[in-house]
Amino acid sequence: MTPITVVAIACHALLGSGALLALIRLARGPSLLDRVVATDTLLVIISASLAVHAALERDATVVPVLVVVSLLAFVGSVSIARYVGGMLLQSAAGDGRDGGLPETAEERGAGDREARR
Amino acid sequence: MSDLLGTAADVVALGCLLAGAFLCLTAGVGLVRFPDVLSRMHAGTKPQVLGTLLVMVGGAIRLQGLAAAWMLLLVAAFQLLTAPVSAHMISRVAYRRRHVRRDLLLVDELREAEGLDSVYRGDEPADAPPENPAEALVESRREDLGPDDRQSS
Repeated sequence: MTPITVVAIACHALLGSGALLALIRLARGPSLLDRVVATDTLLVIISASLAVHAALERDATVVPVLVVVSLLAFVGSVSIARYVGGMLLQSAAGDGRDGGLPETAEERGAGDREARR
Repeated sequence: MSDLLGTAADVVALGCLLAGAFLCLTAGVGLVRFPDVLSRMHAGTKPQVLGTLLVMVGGAIRLQGLAAAWMLLLVAAFQLLTAPVSAHMISRVAYRRRHVRRDLLLVDELREAEGLDSVYRGDEPADAPPENPAEALVESRREDLGPDDRQSS
């Protein structure tokens, strides 16, 4: 087993477990913003593993993909943050914070459906 | 001699790759274990800057081509430019949506300005309508008058 193989196995194990933990947070994350952060981290890990693959194989064909992935991570997280910021309600206390998101149709429906019947 | 130099370069490159991969693992552990959005972001942005830079340095050493090295440099520069912007926007929305554990904060500077500027905080998207248009209009007219007029009236 050459040193390159050992390093390849170690790198892929580290990157793979990091990606798995980010996926766990993506699935469990209580809020939308937790999922945005997890997605951002997951894309960074993906681009890092593409770069590791390119470096270990001495194969430069995937290098342009790295540029695309890094730009995509930025545009995605910024647009979701913008979108969530646009639908905030204003806080009644007037303390500069917001009252959170407006109630979704599912939340309203769950409470009202019993009352209507 | 050049063979020895090549081996040394390979060792440095593989060390950089291993360190970058380790940072990715720490980001995953931090994402799962930390309590709220801000601290998860603190953990998640570790590979975003240092890890990317290490992996790109390792890749540039291993790939031995100027074209690949420039493109890796471009990726690293993009990461350095975009990481603060997206982190700032996400953390601002997280604070407003009360996803921050306020009992864990030592300093909360945004809380100092209570009620100062409840309608226009200066960073809304330009096309977002106010929630209560009439109230927002009255408030903005009151702000247009300025503090001196408000005291006299």
